[in-house]
Amino acid sequence: MGLLERPGYVAGGEISFKSELTSGLDADAMRKLRGKKISMIFQDPLTSLNPLLTVGAQLTETIVAHLKMSQADARERARDLLDRVGITDAEARLDQYPHQFSGGMRQRVVIALALCSEPDVIIADEPTTALDVAVQAQILDLIKELTVERQVGVILITHDMGVISDTTDRVTVMYMGEVVESGPTLQVMGKPQHEYTKSLIAAVPRPQVKLKRFSQISYGGRETRFAIEDLSRNWPEYSNQPGKPLLSVSNLKKRFPISRSIIPGRTKWLTVVDDVSFDIMPGEVFGVVGESGSGKSTLARVISGLHDLDDGKVMFDGNVVNDPSDREAQDRFRREIQMIFQDPFSSLNPRMRVMDIIAEPIRHHKLLVGGNIKQRVDELLDQVGLGTSAAAKFPHEFSGGQRQRISIARALATQPRFLICDEPTSALDVSIQAQILNILKDLQEYLGLTMLFISHDMPVVRQMCDRVAVMRGGKLLEVQKTDDLFENPQTAYTRELLDLMPHLDGLSQEGLELQ
Amino acid sequence: MFSFLVRRFLQAGLVLLIVGFVAFSMFNFVGDPIDNMLGQEASQADIERLRSVLGLDQPFVVQYWKFLINALDGNFGISYRQGRPVAEIIAERAPATLELAAVSGLFAITGGIVLGIFTAIRREGFLANFIMTVSLIGVSLPTFLIGILLIYLFSVELDWLPSFGRGEVVDIGGWSTGFLTASGLKALILPSITLGLFQMTLIMRLVRSEMLEVLRQDYIRFARARGLSERAINFRHALKNTLVPVITVTGLQLGSIIAFAIITETVFQWPGVGLLFINAVQFVDIPVMAAYLILISVMFVAINLLVDVLYVAIDPRLRS
Repeated sequence: MGLLERPGYVAGGEISFKSELTSGLDADAMRKLRGKKISMIFQDPLTSLNPLLTVGAQLTETIVAHLKMSQADARERARDLLDRVGITDAEARLDQYPHQFSGGMRQRVVIALALCSEPDVIIADEPTTALDVAVQAQILDLIKELTVERQVGVILITHDMGVISDTTDRVTVMYMGEVVESGPTLQVMGKPQHEYTKSLIAAVPRPQVKLKRFSQISYGGRETRFAIEDLSRNWPEYSNQPGKPLLSVSNLKKRFPISRSIIPGRTKWLTVVDDVSFDIMPGEVFGVVGESGSGKSTLARVISGLHDLDDGKVMFDGNVVNDPSDREAQDRFRREIQMIFQDPFSSLNPRMRVMDIIAEPIRHHKLLVGGNIKQRVDELLDQVGLGTSAAAKFPHEFSGGQRQRISIARALATQPRFLICDEPTSALDVSIQAQILNILKDLQEYLGLTMLFISHDMPVVRQMCDRVAVMRGGKLLEVQKTDDLFENPQTAYTRELLDLMPHLDGLSQEGLELQ
Repeated sequence: MFSFLVRRFLQAGLVLLIVGFVAFSMFNFVGDPIDNMLGQEASQADIERLRSVLGLDQPFVVQYWKFLINALDGNFGISYRQGRPVAEIIAERAPATLELAAVSGLFAITGGIVLGIFTAIRREGFLANFIMTVSLIGVSLPTFLIGILLIYLFSVELDWLPSFGRGEVVDIGGWSTGFLTASGLKALILPSITLGLFQMTLIMRLVRSEMLEVLRQDYIRFARARGLSERAINFRHALKNTLVPVITVTGLQLGSIIAFAIITETVFQWPGVGLLFINAVQFVDIPVMAAYLILISVMFVAINLLVDVLYVAIDPRLRS
């Protein structure tokens, strides 16, 4: 695209488009090509549209810039494009602003923008990474349709193996700036030649079978050992009452005001969690799945005490959780339930050193004093595979996967019984995801931790959970043993979710540890 | 939107009440106006009589309450020094200050935004770096020094522009304006620059840093990838997104232009309300001081209200 920003520069090689050399063109000539012949779709539809201009204004200005037509004609064309990418009531939508569209709808607008100039090639950079599975399938279908209908070439850049195997004809695997393997998708996915490709494919969670662990064909020194056995040595013995649930949620309700009014009765409310009840047994990994907006994250926050509940009851180890009169029980509860958040970039305070981040819960609950704190932090860092030298560093010095390890160390600092994992790997690459999921599996196995595991990724849920609850619009649709849910879904919605999973039949089975 | 405005107006009223209260409670410490008014030879009986006529023998809370009741009628009392209604004196002086503030505000905003955009787009250019360096001087020099330097250069050495006063003014329906005569316009130049220079450099630096931030955003990169011209990207897409924080700071700065006019008016002997206030302080002319402080806080509150409304006008996300 010629959008490389300084100090980056093209050190060598050439790019040609329709047999004409495009590398080395000056800025003006490049601009004529860019956007007109080659256009681009960005990863995050929430940030790739200008929030202060209407969708219509952004479409028409692009059309006028490339196709030399009047404003009125451009508007008509803009309307047709919105229509084409599947946005209903296009005429009215033209005058709306980006924030009035949902994520998937915005990505459709972005695609319409990329189509404005009738390009020959579209570069799609992780076009569905920020979207829900259901929306992802729709957007990928749309892109596939357009390639056939308009004879556009699409370069799809992604870390998602499911997207690659479902969508593309040919694929190129890159590692550390170099192409390691290239060929027809079926061949590369089914019979990978290069070690790195093999390790990537082995790390993909499978929807059909449950694995014992994710196999880690290490390549390029990415593997770091997680010394879970050391952790279990001085872990406290929690006495679980057999046959009784550790966490019990009954008729939970949570609502938020959507438009406040001076008159209390006129405030409008949105019920986000609606009459939800379930039990989690000690040592169990309980999954909650659903698309974004289904209330699963809010549920996690209510259980952890980050939000107050409006109605219902949460019991933990036989005690009511949200009872402000019992301070001691509240303290104990806050120590024994810990949380791992989705985004490792915003869930660690950038101004605090890793030492202080992990020590904070220990100090808060006064579990240890003085030098013992430092010793505990060092142990934890060793155990999550980061090494004691990490203590003096700041979060920005770590990669996404390493930061999620810091989050895990922080959650383990109080020696909890119950972990709430809210989409712990959805911001991570597939091979990093496999490592983090292995850590969580080990925690459950060696320490007997009970977990609430929230995800929108069905294959991951299949690998991780003993039982799964399906949520939609704040309501619990069904709760089943994981295998039963996947083999024999009870509701139409669950079947829909399962159908949207990528079909990874063609993927190589090499190196998988089946359970 | 309606409930937002109602809430804002209530807050504004509360702010004005508190400012008035604080101002009044401080007047007790400024000195006794009676000494200045009657001179050394006055008898104790005269002093007591005048004190009770002016209501100064009452506790300040009562004084404040009376002031509020009268102020609601547009009656700000009689100046102790001039013996004329304060409202009349301020109305006479206000045009001078408001014209000065308007011109220097306009200078600060246009200059600041234009230079800010320029230095952001040509980030590495020689001229942009030069402007950034010079702007540091604008930020760091105190207002009165800039005024004196300008007077020395343009009035004393070059003799191009007048060093004090408003020049000839024309009276239009009780509003005396300097916009309509050549000497009036010439007289505005130096005070306006003096008053606006600091604000201009501040706005420029703010616009520049905001603009650089916005230019890094995804939607700018996407606009570039769509092949839009640099002009459309810089002025249509980037500028508008720069405005929200810029408006916040500019609003506060415009308020302080009026408040800081005191120094500039003193340096240039500009016959505005700032100069009036300084004289009032020297004479402990409580009605004038109170009216001035209320006037300034009304301006601040009004500007901030306007800023809030402008937010909504610029950013559609705040409308729902």
